[in-house]
Amino acid sequence: MTGVEIRQAVLEILERIAPDEDLSNLDDAIAFRDQMELDSMDFLDIVMELRKGYRVQIPEEDYHNLNSMQSTVEYLTPKLKDVPVAG
Amino acid sequence: MSRYSAQPSAADLLWKKNTLALDDRIVITGIGLASPNGNNLAEFRQNLLDGKSGVVDYETRYMPPVLAGVCNFDELRYQKRKEVRRGTRAGSIAVYCSNEAVVDSGLDWNSVEKNRVGVYLGITEHGNVETENEIYEISQFGYDTKVWSHHHNPRTVANNPAGEVTLSLGVTGPHLTIGAACAAGNAGFIQALQMLRLGECDVAIAGGVSESIHTFGIFASFQSQGALATHEDPARASRPFDTQRNGIVVAEGGGICTVERLTDALARGAKIYAEIIGHAMNSDASDFVLPNSTRQAECVHLALSRAGISANDVDIVSSHATATEQGDIEEAKALKAVFDGTRTAINNTKSFIGHAMGAAGALELLGNLPSFDDGIAHATINLENPDSRCALPNLVANEPRNLGEVNCILNNSFGMLGINSVVIVKKYES
Repeated sequence: MTGVEIRQAVLEILERIAPDEDLSNLDDAIAFRDQMELDSMDFLDIVMELRKGYRVQIPEEDYHNLNSMQSTVEYLTPKLKDVPVAG
Repeated sequence: MSRYSAQPSAADLLWKKNTLALDDRIVITGIGLASPNGNNLAEFRQNLLDGKSGVVDYETRYMPPVLAGVCNFDELRYQKRKEVRRGTRAGSIAVYCSNEAVVDSGLDWNSVEKNRVGVYLGITEHGNVETENEIYEISQFGYDTKVWSHHHNPRTVANNPAGEVTLSLGVTGPHLTIGAACAAGNAGFIQALQMLRLGECDVAIAGGVSESIHTFGIFASFQSQGALATHEDPARASRPFDTQRNGIVVAEGGGICTVERLTDALARGAKIYAEIIGHAMNSDASDFVLPNSTRQAECVHLALSRAGISANDVDIVSSHATATEQGDIEEAKALKAVFDGTRTAINNTKSFIGHAMGAAGALELLGNLPSFDDGIAHATINLENPDSRCALPNLVANEPRNLGEVNCILNNSFGMLGINSVVIVKKYES
């Protein structure tokens, strides 16, 4: 998966776990929590969806890398580079 | 003279002196419900009078198609999509019904002290839906428990449905779900009455809910027990007291009320649907699943005694009968033991919607309350070949019956492990 494809995958996860949010103006450089209503359970949903959809294991000490879209894509790019888009 | 007339007789005054203070009188002031054949009381009542069933064909995991009572209320009326996703079906039903009841009650919710509100909801079971879902989910990942949801625990704790109501309505008083098998709907009202009398709350949000159609296990277990209804016409599948019955139609739903002390209701000029004048719960102590007519009759007698009335004072009995052979026969025995020789009409709601489990007792009481206004007892439908072993003289068969005036309703709800509950309500007249 490319960075663009990973961004799209993460966006689709956010749409599922926060279905009331308008994500059309999501700023990739700003923390998710500063522009969406996300709590710790929602954050764990992101981790779980990545685990289920892409078999990527994210250790707890790495959770800070999922702070924003930009940092998430940067963190996931090497982990998902050999994973097909379909996940 | 009525017990509640403006100028009580000496006998009335003696009754009041020997029984309850005015503060102890408990009334229903708001109603919210989700039934397979109606999403509010007016719709539900009309469909009961029109003989309209809410039973439909239904798909559940692992099993061939079954029949079920399925609700279609607007989940998003009081919840965001995220809240629906995060919570449970029982929680969504409870949130919908509770909000509807509060709106109907006319309470100025913003000014209600939320720490003086209690939430008491009966349930038959809770957690099976989520557990089955999670086991299915990990089965798709080679039973890797790392994909087991972190939402599982908050969804399956037994207080979940009542807890979701507190989150929705900002209630900071006590909340409980009352696990009482299929006696649970009545148990919710009884708990509310007791907590109001104890002064534990000033407003109770009470009743029962069920999400049971979303667990295949309940269908499979009834099937293994030989107690799951089948019929080519879903509307004719639930057949209490009929020789052609072949079991239970499982349903989901909720029936929830605002319940208050009479004094509080009068002070704010509330509409009063009914006064709860009697209640009882007891246990069979005889079998895991088989009912016990002797204990059921004792439960009814105890409720009548507490209400200070006789069987002949009851205008309508809302029967529990589920369309299992033994269940119908035992309840008929109990009802004959208490009501033989009276004019009391007997009806049944499960014939329309199936067995709504934890919600059954609540829905079955609420669907009868409009009788206080229209004097009509709705029927038990699908009674084409009455079982002589369940012969009840005043069973309202297939068509509603105009009783002229209805002042008192007795509601039976019984459940597995031999749990029995009875609630008696009376028309309130100032």
